[in-house]
Formats: sequence, C-alpha cells, structure tokens
Amino acid sequence: MEELGKRAMEGDVRAASRLIRNIEDNIPGTNLAIKQIFPHTGKAHVIGLTGAPGAGKSTITDELIMAIRKKSKTVGVLAVDPTSPFTGGALLGDRIRMLRHAEDTGVFIRSLATRGAMGGLSKAVGDGIHVLDVMGKDDIIVETVGVGQQEVDIINHAHTVIVVLVPGMGDDVQAIKAGLMEIADIFVINKADRDGANKLYKETKNMIGMGKWSSGWEPPVLMIESVMEPHSFAKSVAELYDKIEEHYQHLIDKNLMADRAYRKVVTELNDALRSAILDPILETLSASGDFDEMIRKLMMKESDPYTLAEAVAETYLK
Amino acid sequence: MSNRKIRILLAKPGLDGHDRGAKVLARAFRDAGFEVIYTGCHQTPEQIVGAALQEDVDMVGLSCLSGAHTYLYPRVAELLREQGADDITVVGGGIIPDKDFQPLYDAGLKALFTPGATLESICTWIQENIKPRD
Repeated sequence: MEELGKRAMEGDVRAASRLIRNIEDNIPGTNLAIKQIFPHTGKAHVIGLTGAPGAGKSTITDELIMAIRKKSKTVGVLAVDPTSPFTGGALLGDRIRMLRHAEDTGVFIRSLATRGAMGGLSKAVGDGIHVLDVMGKDDIIVETVGVGQQEVDIINHAHTVIVVLVPGMGDDVQAIKAGLMEIADIFVINKADRDGANKLYKETKNMIGMGKWSSGWEPPVLMIESVMEPHSFAKSVAELYDKIEEHYQHLIDKNLMADRAYRKVVTELNDALRSAILDPILETLSASGDFDEMIRKLMMKESDPYTLAEAVAETYLK
Repeated sequence: MSNRKIRILLAKPGLDGHDRGAKVLARAFRDAGFEVIYTGCHQTPEQIVGAALQEDVDMVGLSCLSGAHTYLYPRVAELLREQGADDITVVGGGIIPDKDFQPLYDAGLKALFTPGATLESICTWIQENIKPRD
C-alpha cells in the first residue's frame, strides 16, 4: 500500500486512481498510504463547485479546466454523483462534459459515487483531495452532487466555494434561507440568458447586501450565459477563474487559510474516529448477528434504539 | 467495512450518435448495483483509455452502431495493453456481423453482445466474469 502512495506522489495515474478506489472501497491497509502522503498535502488550491442538479456544474468545470490549463497550471477533478439507495449502483455522468481533456496529462478527472454520504460529497473526497494534491495538481476542483438546500459539506474541504444558481427556482425568500445560500465565496448565475436571471441577480445581491462580511470578502455574483455561445461562455468562465484566484489570494493575504484548514482537519478527525471506533463495532455486531437481533427487537417494539445503543456502548466502550 | 464495487466505463467510440442503447445499458448497470461511468458519444480510443485509467474501472464496455467496430474495439484493447492495463476487460456491443466475432476475440475482446441480448444476460455475464481487481 505504501508503494501506491509513493507512486501517486510521483504522479503515476494508475497508482493514484487505484489509491482513490481503495479509499472508496475501504480496503484494509489504505490508511498506511494516507499516513504516508498526509505530511506532503496542503499545497493545492481546492475549489468547490455546488448547486442544483442540472445547474451546469460539470459544464462550468469543463471550461474552468480550460482556463486553468491556459495559465499553465495542472488540475485534478473529483466529480460526485449519487448512489442509488435501493441497489447501491450509480450512474456517474459528469465526465460527459469533460471529454476534451481526456488526453491532457495535466488533467486528472475522477468520478465518485456518494455511497450513502448525505452532505453532497462522498466519504472518499477528503482523502481523494490529498491524493490529487500529492500528485502535484495545482488546483483541485470538487464538484458536488446536485444539491438542495442543506448539503453543504463542501465547505469543510474547499478553500473557495462556488454556488451555481439558475433562474426559475424560487422567490427572494429562498435567497435568504440558511444553508446553501450562506456558503458561497462566489455566486454564479448560470444560463443567464434565460428569463428571470436579472431578478435572481437582484435577489442574490440583496441577500448579500444584508450580510456582514467581516473577512473583507463580499461574495461577487457572476452571470454566465448559455454554453451554446461557446466564445462568450469561455470568456465568462475565464473571468470566474480570475475571481477564484482573487479569492485564494484574499485568503492568503488576510491569514484566513488557517480557518479553512481548521474546518478540514476537524472533519477529518471526526471521520477517522468514526472509522476507527464506530465502524469496527458495527462490523462486529453485524457479523455476530446482534445487529439483526436488535432490529428484530425494534420491529417488535421489545426495546427502543436508545436502550440498545446504551447496551452496546456499555459493552464496547468501557 | 471493505466493499469492492464493480466499476464499468461505458463509451461510444467513433462517429455514431445513437446512444439510446448505451443509456439503457447504463441504467441497467446502475440497477444491477454497479458503478457505471457513462462518457457519451464521439470518443477516440485514446480518450476512452485515458478515462478508463483515471477511473480505475474493471471493465470497458464499447457501443458502436456505425460498422467501425472492427477498427475501434481492437484499438481500445491495444492501447490498454500498451499502458500495461490489460487487466481491464474490454467488451463490445452493437450491430456486429458473425464474421467479425473471431477477429474481435483475437484482438482481446472478452465478450460481444448483439441485438437480442437481454439486459439480464449482460448483467449476469458481468457478475460471473468481472471480478473487481485487487
């Protein structure tokens, strides 16, 4: 497993993709490789792209890759799509929009399925970012699943969060609700040639105007028109990339990088504790049949979840 | 809990844009519990192989209805071999005349599915023949 870590650090594509697969599949020993690469992480600029299904995240990602490559930087992409809650299968379709980069060795794109994670990402995203980081990618784009209002885990992993909005999704109260509308460092109004774009722009600006931006960064709102006009689309996305770089510089200048890093390590420690403590207990319960027995008791109303959980804690955590 | 999931890349090489079949398959693979990366139409073998390596898939499924399968399918298998990735299984589907079967098998394809193959039979073949690589 250390061999994979070493080769990933040398930029080996197969080693990196295999390591990410092992992280996703939770293969024993993968932690060894993560331990090995962890000290070398933290160099890349992590850009999060989130928004509703079909808002245009993948299409914007494709053009962002272009803008990044034009500045002679390398880029890694983690694109997340949902896992079926019924079959465990997934259709990962973000790459369709990014075909033209398939032969560019400065670009590494990996599709991830959520596999039950609820925050808009996959559990493998945190460590997946580390792998792309040690491969030497300058920028890493994390594209979330199509989100609703509450799937905001991206803020724990990205330095710069872009929320992609499209016209026609609701009134101005939607704009001042908590959750998604709070997390943007940059707003994009995509498909801005459609009806309602100007109204959405005003509502978003109004919402921003009500906020206090103590860090000194007030989220800009960029309008991007249809990809059917490729030249103006490319120009708008290049401007978006300028804003992204500006935001990153702002984080550095104002000593705000530590805040973002703090959120990431808190998340990582929580995840690591869960996989070191809770997961083995669940595995034992499941293997011994105790888990099924507890489910039976709940179905028959012979007990309640709290009593059962306390009994498990009593056994395993003393 | 460790859990190797079968990952499949589904792609349409060449110039034909008839992707209904590929989409139906992508959906069937999803429902069979596989992770399927669907990359759409009009791809070169080089693009397909690049994506397969980055995605660490166990199988590449190719769909082509234009008649160019005799060049495109072997080329994908060849490029994978060149990359030291012949542990990735290549299968193909589409309108493939009987006489093309043996040359395609000789070129490294492991299975061919033609009109009439049921979704169930394809998924069963995958379950029986594709083991996630360790």
